[in-house]
This record gives sequence, C-alpha cells and structure tokens, in this order.
Amino acid sequence: MTAADLLQAATAPAAAASAAPVDSAIGKPNVVSMSFFFAFIAITLGITYWAARRTRTAEHFYAAGRTVSAGQNGLALAGDYMSAASFLGIAGLVSTSGFDGLIYSTGWLVGWPVVLFLIAEPLRNLGKYTFADVVATRLRHTPVRMAAALGTLTTVLFYLIAQMVGAGSLIKLMFGLSYENAVIIVGAAMMAYVLFGGMLATTWVQIVKAVLLLGGAFLLASMVMAHFQGNPAALFAAAADKYGDGVLAPGKLVTNPLDTISLGLALMFGTAGLPHILMRFYTVPDARAARTSVFYATGLIGGFYLLTFILGFGAMVLVGPDVITQFDKGGNMAAPLLAEFLGGTPFLGFIAAVAFATILAVVAGLTLSGASALSHDLWTSLVRKGEVRPAEEMKVARVATLIAGVLAVILGIAFKGQNVAFMVSLAFAIAASANFPALVLSIFWRRCTTWGAVASMVFGTFVTVGLIALSPVIQVDMLHHEAAWFPLKNPALVTIPGSFLVGIVVSLVTRDAAASHGFDEMVSAMTSGSRAH
Amino acid sequence: MSYHALHHRRWRIAIALTAVVAAVYFGFILLVAYAKPVMGRLVVPGLSVGILLGALVIVAAWATTWVYVRWANTHFDNEITRLKAEDSK
Repeated sequence: MTAADLLQAATAPAAAASAAPVDSAIGKPNVVSMSFFFAFIAITLGITYWAARRTRTAEHFYAAGRTVSAGQNGLALAGDYMSAASFLGIAGLVSTSGFDGLIYSTGWLVGWPVVLFLIAEPLRNLGKYTFADVVATRLRHTPVRMAAALGTLTTVLFYLIAQMVGAGSLIKLMFGLSYENAVIIVGAAMMAYVLFGGMLATTWVQIVKAVLLLGGAFLLASMVMAHFQGNPAALFAAAADKYGDGVLAPGKLVTNPLDTISLGLALMFGTAGLPHILMRFYTVPDARAARTSVFYATGLIGGFYLLTFILGFGAMVLVGPDVITQFDKGGNMAAPLLAEFLGGTPFLGFIAAVAFATILAVVAGLTLSGASALSHDLWTSLVRKGEVRPAEEMKVARVATLIAGVLAVILGIAFKGQNVAFMVSLAFAIAASANFPALVLSIFWRRCTTWGAVASMVFGTFVTVGLIALSPVIQVDMLHHEAAWFPLKNPALVTIPGSFLVGIVVSLVTRDAAASHGFDEMVSAMTSGSRAH
Repeated sequence: MSYHALHHRRWRIAIALTAVVAAVYFGFILLVAYAKPVMGRLVVPGLSVGILLGALVIVAAWATTWVYVRWANTHFDNEITRLKAEDSK
C-alpha cells in the first residue's frame, strides 16, 4: 500500500462507505493494518539499532547524551504526552457526549504553561537524570531520594497500568488479538527500545510517533472538514441538528462542581510532576533549549486537542454515537470508525497502527523513568552512595528496565478491565500531590528543610492513594458499597493544598542549617546554569 | 543586576503568568460547573459560548507560553550573558 493509494482511498466517495460502519473491519486482523504495524516496528527497531551503538554511558542511556535539540524535544514531549487515552478517549468522549471532552482537553493543555514557568529551567540547570536530583540539591540525599523514588514509582505505576490496560483492550478491539498477547507484545517491543537504545531510541520513537499521530489526526480532521465546507461551526450545527443543542453545552460529565474543580487541579498541576515528562528536560543541551521545547510542545499538543475535538464531532455526525457504542461502550473506537467511514479499510489500518505506535512510545518513556528512579535514585545514590563505576551504572539501569518492563506486563494483565481514563486521572493526582509541591518548595522557598520535603512527598503519595481507595469510584462503583468515606472522585482538591501545607509546617518546625545555607548557591546555579550537567 | 535579583524577577513573572493561566482555566471550569445555560448559548449557529471559551483557553495557553519564552530568550538570557561576562572579568 503506497501513500498515493492511501490518499486515493481517502478521497473515495463517502457513499460507498456509508453502509460500512456496522459491518466494520475493526476487530479483524487485516493486511493493511498489519503492514503498517510491522512497518512501524521495523522502523523503530532500526532506530533502536542505530541508537544502541551510540549508547555507551549512563548519560547516553538516561539523557541521550544531552544532544536532543529544542525542536526534537518539543516533538518528543508532545509524543510522550499525547497518549492513546487522549487520542481515542477524547474523540470518543466528544463523539458520545459532545462538549464535555473539551474539559479534559483544556485541563491537559494548561499543565504545560505551568511546566514552562515553574519547572523546566530549574530542572535542567540543577538535575542530572531524575527530579529527585533537584529536590536533593541542597537537602540530605538519602531521605529525599527515598521519598522521591516512592512518589515517582507510584505515579509511573498507575500511569503504566493505565497504558498497558488501554493497550491490551485497544489491540484486542482493533486487531482481534487476545488481551494477554497484546500486552506481552507491547511489553516486549518497548523493552527492546529501552534496554538497547535507552533515551536516544525512546526520543526518536516518540518523534516518529508524534509526527504520525499529528499527521493522521490532521488528515482525518481535514477529511471531516471537507464534508462541512471547511467550517467547524457547520459541523457543530449539524451535530446539534441531529442530537439536540445539548451536545454543545456541558452535559452529564459535570454533576458535582467540586469533582470538576478537583479534576481540573489534578490535570493542571499533575503534568509538572510526571516523571517521564520531567526526565525529557535532561536530554537537551541547556535551559534555553528546555524552555523553547516546551513552547513547541504546547503548540503541538494544543493543536492536537483542537483536532481531536473536530474528530469527535465528525464521528458523532458521520458515524453516529449508537454505532460507536456498539463497538466499545466507552466510545474509544470513534476515531478508528471515522477513519474507516472516510477512507475505508486502508485508512482504518493506518489509524489503528498509529494508535498502537502511540501506546508503545508512551509505555517506553514511562518505563525509562521508572528505571531511572530504581537505578539512579535507589541503587546508585542509596546503595552505592554515588560511588559507582560507569559499567555498573549501565548494568543496573538495564536490570532496572527489565524489572520495570516485566512488572508492567504482569500488572497490565492483572488489571484487565479497569477504566483507563480513571487510572490516568489518578496518576495525575499523585504526580500533582506527591511530586509537584516538594519540587516547588525545595527550589523556591529558602526555609524548606529535608524533612519538610520528605513529609510532603510521603503525605502526597500515601494520602492520595488512600483517599482514592475511599472514593466513590472504588467504594461505590467497584465494591458496590452504599456510600463512600470520601466524597470526591479525584482527591487533588484536598491533597495538593495538603501536601504544600505539610511541607511548609514540617519545614517550619524542623531545622536544617545546610539547607538554608545552600539556598543562595542553589539560586545562582539554577539561574545561571553554571553547575548544569 | 545579580543572579539573585534576576532569579526574583523570573520568579515574579513565572508566578504572575501561572496565575493568569490558572484564572483563565478555572474561570472556564467554574462556568462549566455553575453556568451551564450560559455555556450552551449560541454565538452563531453551531458555535456555543462554551466551545468558543474552551478554544480561547487553548489560545490563552499558547499566548502566555509565547510571552514567557519571548521574555526569557531576550531579556533573561541577555542579562545572564552580561553577568557571566562580568564573572569572567
């Protein structure tokens, strides 16, 4: 299948395809999607082979030798962030309930300005491989790294489980493979990238995936707009004509205003605490490249969310919510069904392969950040007290990757059937409560002490997980109890201010002479980049 | 200007811009939560106030990052270059 064939198929008259949806190629292994899929695997393994020969030290393995340009990192950040949950999930949510999808899109985007203003440059100038490096700059390393590794691994775990569960279900839906086989294939391919190619391979897998995903979404949205004279308002009007004006207004997602605000807080401040995103800032040469890369990423991700909004409404009007929910109750098949309607089986195959590539790339980034917490924070710094031979550092990094990868596959299979969007929102709540407050307090507040930062991270991790366990989602929806101990679905409204408060109070009642003594030097280093790795 | 003064200037700008983004986003979320009828009102056929404001939140995120990067790439970096030149003297 060549690109010309694809384009031709894409512009074929819609009449031929209009009867197709209910009798869809979704769920049946087809030649086109398999060829795209194997082409992607071949290209990315080629990249991995190339990267493996350039990955000799821990600095290469974790930070791609700090040679990634701002433009490349912008694409890779976007690649790390635009998960299958946002592509298929938001398009699906919009296709079945209209406007509500925009609440997620805007929340996920406004996290990026926060990353740019508060986190990107200090992180680049102070850290080496993990965000614990930054928190530990002027604090005592051992307790800080243990607490930071706890927060990192918990966040990565929830996010990884969500991606693995999503991967298994989606691949099963699209290719007809069994759930377990799908999870194992994702795990194996991802481990090949990370183990051999480290951050360099992971970065380029992200870039390839980001270009494919943005290109695919743009192509699909253009084809939708062609049906509506290129006017988005005409598309929305058509949706309102068919399904009522309600699809253009807040709907059933917003029942409890406090829940909405809490979710909003988790989305806005969670991005700045996601370990696999923070890790990307170590791959660029300096702070200027770090900040510029966030600017590019914000542009790309915002554009992508606008496109998914168009796709969602396109699927609502052209495919119809009743057909979409036949394939998947959550609406996740909206974008693939839309692709099939507009471009037939070849375009469906292309979009399915893109969705698969998306999952693979995000999982690779997550595994690498989990492995860095295990090896750099726990092994190198705690067990070896920083005195570690380069060869051993690499070996430990690879063993940690293997552990994280195998764990991801096992957990992916164990958590089969869990709600993906919910797990992702929890990962954001943990990142926003466990990692973000300690990071901000340690770099911007002179009085912050070792125990203040540690208490904030430990509180953020345990209380967030605890309140999630007591929330209506677990207590009522999963355990079928009458009521929940804690009223909010997402605890961020309580846990973000709580983590800040715990960090501040504990800092005020403990003494840490070295910490306040080291503050001025840290500020100079963080501003000038004089000590940057 | 010293590194410290520069740090404080960057910090003030960072906080101010974060506050702008938070105000825009939570303004939007509060309208979604408490003013559903307003959000459903149509500006032109097909385009509701809610969709328009949602798109504007995305535009605001772009605009604030642009403002910051522009300031940092010119003023902030120039000042750093000047301070480093002074250091090496």
